[in-house]
Amino acid sequence: MSSGTLWAVVLVAALGCYALKLAGLSVPAAWVERPWVTRVVEFVPAALLAALIAVQVATTGPELVVDGRLAGLAVAALALALRAPFIVVLVLAGATGALVHVLTG
Amino acid sequence: MSAARTATLRDAVGLGLAVGLYGVAFGAAADAAGLDVWQALALSALMFTGASQFALVGVLGAGGSGLAAIGSALLLGTRNTVYGVRLAPLLAPRGPLRRAGAAHWVIDETTAMAVAAPDRELGRLAFWVTGATIYLGWNLTTVIGALGASGLGGTAQAALDAVVPAAFLALLWPRLHRGWPEAAVQRRVAVGGALVALLLTPVVPAGVQVVAAVVAVALAGRPRREGAR
Repeated sequence: MSSGTLWAVVLVAALGCYALKLAGLSVPAAWVERPWVTRVVEFVPAALLAALIAVQVATTGPELVVDGRLAGLAVAALALALRAPFIVVLVLAGATGALVHVLTG
Repeated sequence: MSAARTATLRDAVGLGLAVGLYGVAFGAAADAAGLDVWQALALSALMFTGASQFALVGVLGAGGSGLAAIGSALLLGTRNTVYGVRLAPLLAPRGPLRRAGAAHWVIDETTAMAVAAPDRELGRLAFWVTGATIYLGWNLTTVIGALGASGLGGTAQAALDAVVPAAFLALLWPRLHRGWPEAAVQRRVAVGGALVALLLTPVVPAGVQVVAAVVAVALAGRPRREGAR
């Protein structure tokens, strides 16, 4: 993707996200506060974030791949379950990914 | 200054510092996805909503199209519309300029802080102070992350490849656990989203599987009557 295209993506997405914020402060509450709307909005982040994690950890291009990234994620999950601070979670995941990379060459 | 005011300011600044750490992770993720420092900074300054920013660079990093990246960012941005509706009576911004300014800072953290404040005046204070602290910290640390991540070697790159999903997981984690409303349904939706994305990965253009994962909301997001609290 060229730098110009990237800029267009960045700016269009930023403008769209801002419009969504402004809409909330501007439109009548009844438009947005319908049960099904709030319900969908409540659950969209879980679906999208989990999908992103799965794609980042277990795929390369169109292929499913198992490598150090999956080990890093497992360690991150363990650290989160043990209530480790954010920075510790990141460092442990990164160290695991690097270690698997070194070991598997 | 009243004790409640001091507490509000302290919490707002503390939250800003904590969120700053995510900014480093975002800057690094943006760099890994092929964005330059200015593009990463533009996202933090102009989009200023973390999950959407992460989604955008996540899709681009996976080789996704611009449209898929924009789509995933907008889908995550719909949250802020609902927040705005909740905040409108509390902030009651006078005039279009103030409203336009306030809108830019309508995000997870400012909403949580404003809604949790004991009264309306402190709610407004919490909104503006949290917004300002996070805005400064988030943009500053985005630059640090983006600059720090560029020019890494192979092993450091492998570390970063593991760090970025870990940052996403940390973002997702609280939604799946006790204290979050309907955490069990959230977990089903998350597992569903991941499965849909993985199943679609070999057959759809990169990035589309992430946007398509929202069908998991329809598949798994229905409330269960029996026993569900």
